Amino acid sequence: MNNVLNAWFSNVDWLDIWLATVDTLLMLGGSLTLVLVLGLPLGVLLFLTSPKQLRDSHKTYTAVSFLVNILRSLPFVILLIAMIPVTVFLTGTSLGVMGSIPALVVAGVPFFGRLVESALREVDRGIIEASLAMGANTRQIVLGALLHEALPGILAAATVTAIALVSYTALAGVVGGGGLGDLAIRYGYQRFQLDVMFITIIFLLLLVQILQSLGTRLVQHFTR
Amino acid sequence: MIELQAIHKSYQVKGVAITALTDVNLHIASGEIFGIIGHSGAGKSTLIRMINFLERPTQGKVVVEGVDLDSLDDEGLRQFRQGVGMIFQHFNLLGSKTVAANVAFPLEIAGKSDKQSIDRRVDELLDLVGLKRHKHKYPRQLSGGEKQRVGIARALANHPKVLLCDEATSALDPQTTRSILQLLREINERLGLTIVLITHEMDVIRTVCDRVAVIDSSKIVENGPVSQVFLHPQHETTKRFVQEAEHFPAEDVSLTLGDAARKTIRRLTFLEDTVHQPVLSRTAREFGIDFSILGGRIEQIKSITCGQLTIALEGDNTRVHQALAHLAAQGVTVEEVAL
Repeated sequence: MNNVLNAWFSNVDWLDIWLATVDTLLMLGGSLTLVLVLGLPLGVLLFLTSPKQLRDSHKTYTAVSFLVNILRSLPFVILLIAMIPVTVFLTGTSLGVMGSIPALVVAGVPFFGRLVESALREVDRGIIEASLAMGANTRQIVLGALLHEALPGILAAATVTAIALVSYTALAGVVGGGGLGDLAIRYGYQRFQLDVMFITIIFLLLLVQILQSLGTRLVQHFTR
Repeated sequence: MIELQAIHKSYQVKGVAITALTDVNLHIASGEIFGIIGHSGAGKSTLIRMINFLERPTQGKVVVEGVDLDSLDDEGLRQFRQGVGMIFQHFNLLGSKTVAANVAFPLEIAGKSDKQSIDRRVDELLDLVGLKRHKHKYPRQLSGGEKQRVGIARALANHPKVLLCDEATSALDPQTTRSILQLLREINERLGLTIVLITHEMDVIRTVCDRVAVIDSSKIVENGPVSQVFLHPQHETTKRFVQEAEHFPAEDVSLTLGDAARKTIRRLTFLEDTVHQPVLSRTAREFGIDFSILGGRIEQIKSITCGQLTIALEGDNTRVHQALAHLAAQGVTVEEVAL
């Protein structure tokens, strides 16, 4: 078995692959956690302040929406480079796992926030009306009814976001962010070692598959 | 109990004012079941939402138990709403929560946090609506009628004095409708709850309501005890509702009847005692006239039995009129029917 692997993948350093995989998982885990924590309130804010909703505020909605649109329209590579000073200020480095997380979060939060907003919009308006009729305040409606009802949609949104972050982590390799993408660029592209690229692609593919099936299962579990 | 005074409501839609309610005055007494009937778009949904201020009037006053709703601040209004239950046409249950959690929701909103006492109250309510065995199911697993029972249990959670029913039976089949109406009546009697319901179905009004208001193009056009409004409708809209229910196709009748007979078409209303007596055939025999029945029904209006016949009378004109006077003397209400 080992002989076959060594013959077919002569350029592959399995320790490198392992370290890169761990880096990718760290970048993903770190950024996804922050994206979920920050993006959920952003989505709720967008939903509540949008026209005809509970805290309808044209000013707030337009301002927040505009900011979200700006961040979402920047290509990730540009964001990554433009963010370098901020990243250095926050983490002390622009390299490696820590160096890529701020950019991943800044790209992921508005993305996830928009998806949460539309998941909340899917909740039947009658639920809000019934809650209001029971005398609920906005906090009780959001925490007791809306988020509960939208949970499958929010989990689906989290899955899409996680997968988008995987492809962003691959791009982080461009500025020395580390991880599987970094490996693919350095060996596969710059040194034309196709076997290394092939392995990284397989690993990324597996990661995406696992995330998607995990996400789908969670969505199913919470769909009543 | 509930007082709507000179209510006017209009919306701005793209700069154009659309009137939903005009000069609505209603008084709903404590402990009664009050029905509001109207076709869709007549303004009845807006009207029922005035009572818990889900919709605010543009002009006019809503007073519930002596409290002018306009004088309440946000917190005061929330407190007030916790004491007013509401059920909906499409139930509006939380699909992601169990039956028990749905019923517990208003209790949590009202600030109750003791799990045990919440659970006890939930059991009590589910018992009341006959759903105890479905406690841990999700709404999706229930039938329409069962969902509405959950809605009722949820609406009653905080011991409200008023229950608002927004087309609560319109999505249900006739048999389920009857069982839900029966439940509403029981609740009304047992808990002394005031119930306000809106509907477009005559049968709903007839089965449970004490008094009714008929709403047509944003106005209340008729208003009074159910038996009076429906047995002797004055307004066109009310007449149409009654005709729909009695299957009396006025146009067809006027085509097939001769001119002479058409002049003496009357609607006779028999109440209580006269329902079960052969008043009509005796009178016909006595005065030597004939009659043909054009339409009719015998029904329950809440607990009163009443019968209505629309008949065409034939025979000598004076005798026909004597016969009608005789009927009126027997306690039968005689009304002219315009074809």
